[in-house]
Amino acid sequence: MTDRATPVVELQGLTRTYPGTVPVHALRPTDLTIHKGDYVAITGRSGSGKSTLLHLLGLLDRPTGGRYLLQGQDTARLSDRARTRLRAELIGFVFQAFYLLPHRTVAENVALALMYAGVPRGKRPERVRRALERVGLAARADFYPTKLSGGERQRVAVARALVTEPALVLADEPTGNLDSATAETVLEIFDMLHAQGLTLIVVTHDPVVAGRTRRRLRIDDGRVTEVTESA
Amino acid sequence: MRFLRRIPLPADLAAEVAAGLLVRPGRLALTAAGTVLGIAALVATLGLAATAGNHIVTRFDELAATEVVVQPAHAGEPGEEPAGVLPWDAQTRLERLNGVRAAGTLTKIETGDLPIRSVALEDPLAAALPQTPVLAASPGLRHAVRGELAAGRWFDRGHDARRSRVAVIGQGLARRLNIAQPALRPAVFIGDEAFTVIGILKSAAREATLTDSIILPDGTARDLYGLDHPEKVYIDTAIGAARLIARQAPTALAPHAPDSLVAQMPPEPALVRARVSGDVQAMLVLLGGLSLIVGGFGIANTTLVSVMERRGEIALRRSLGAQRRQIAVQFLVESAAIGLLGGIVGASLGVVVTVAVAAVQSWTPVLAAWLPLAGIGFGALIGLLAGAYPALRAARLEPIDVLRGEG
Repeated sequence: MTDRATPVVELQGLTRTYPGTVPVHALRPTDLTIHKGDYVAITGRSGSGKSTLLHLLGLLDRPTGGRYLLQGQDTARLSDRARTRLRAELIGFVFQAFYLLPHRTVAENVALALMYAGVPRGKRPERVRRALERVGLAARADFYPTKLSGGERQRVAVARALVTEPALVLADEPTGNLDSATAETVLEIFDMLHAQGLTLIVVTHDPVVAGRTRRRLRIDDGRVTEVTESA
Repeated sequence: MRFLRRIPLPADLAAEVAAGLLVRPGRLALTAAGTVLGIAALVATLGLAATAGNHIVTRFDELAATEVVVQPAHAGEPGEEPAGVLPWDAQTRLERLNGVRAAGTLTKIETGDLPIRSVALEDPLAAALPQTPVLAASPGLRHAVRGELAAGRWFDRGHDARRSRVAVIGQGLARRLNIAQPALRPAVFIGDEAFTVIGILKSAAREATLTDSIILPDGTARDLYGLDHPEKVYIDTAIGAARLIARQAPTALAPHAPDSLVAQMPPEPALVRARVSGDVQAMLVLLGGLSLIVGGFGIANTTLVSVMERRGEIALRRSLGAQRRQIAVQFLVESAAIGLLGGIVGASLGVVVTVAVAAVQSWTPVLAAWLPLAGIGFGALIGLLAGAYPALRAARLEPIDVLRGEG
């Protein structure tokens, strides 16, 4: 469906300024291209604007200037509805705080993403099973998140992000609430997903996480700079 | 088609709402309690009003609604000579009418100062009895006034035709005359004329004064006291026939001049019912409505708290691709479901209360079938209205506001 030549993400002078008596330049004009299969880390101190960039990439926030082409489609002028629909179809989120519904089983939590993507009920269980297998939690399908360890919870969240087969997975400090040992299990899954061709953007301040990616961006005071472009 | 894609499937919506509500069953019960009380009060109030109203009408049916009294009309001023005349065979004529269960004439006999005694003896020391009415009646009168006998029997057509010297006396009079057992053939004297007491009347539902009277057969009274014509006719009708009989009786009794007779009819039953119900209902319906309003605010408050608590969940759903409309509908349906649940429990409670109160009072419970159903629908409507504002708040929530707060 997607042309290989079309970048997944293409930013052209993308800007986000928070208005006020002293305007805050959360993101200064930025040009950025991310291709299919890229594994990108965005690092920076807190308040540097990395969350803003992630929210812009995830269509949760609107830029004040510039263009954002997602799969070649300009998103800046789209209605809230259309952006929400693109989110359901093209983007998967992994949050620091997991955001699992505590009273729903692991399988139900993963299936939630399919519901909003408009996948018929009958087709959901099979896709949920496959997504849980990819993160190695097929045996936990009927558990409640409260019975899982932190690493397992984050892997459920990863499965939820994957299950809709998104073009782009955005992870916001995915290991921020995990100790280094459990963080490792999550990062191994990211490595595997990258190997399978998934486009992955991770926001982190952890150099260990950033070190595993192929491409690193640094954001300082709203300015994005390329740190490493390997391979 | 694009529109359809944005609306969650009913099954999905139901599953999300059920999961959202069942997480906190205790809170759900407390939230629904206001609606439960309001709907229960409304259903029970209207049900009991209908039940009580029906009860009053039923008791009224028993006596007044089946009673018709026919009297000669007074042509002009009261005290003037009556215009019409009742025939002596009024009972026979009326009994031919369909709908008449019993009929009987009643006539007061002027006996002057004749003393009433059980022994024909001049006893200067005897206490003077109060004025005792002496009445002439046709054999059918007993049933026409719903008379009950304490002992003995009522006179029949034979006594009437033979002009037998028999009498039925009221229980009150019997006590004063020390007469208890008609089987012993006691006598009662009106002046010097002796009558055999054949029965003692315990009560007469339509003419209470009969229990202090001496009642003679028409034939006997006419023979002895020369009565001109009966004074009035009592008719006991089948239920629902009173108005018909009241129209027909004057013609049956005076075919040449039906207008010379007046038939007293029972009042319109429907009016009685409406009056009784209207009084009872107004205030209790008001109370029920009040508790419903309180219940509605309870639902609104809880749903709002729930929206605030679930900001994270809402932000997650939005980031997963839930439209604002889907979020709004979810919370709206949640609060409507609370209202619906309150309506179902409340309507059931109202029915139980109505039946229980009716059972205790030994009334017949009367409950319109639409009433509990309307109660349930009303509960759901209140839930829906109460959820409108919280749902709007949920839909307006910006996911980044929540996510930024977390990071």
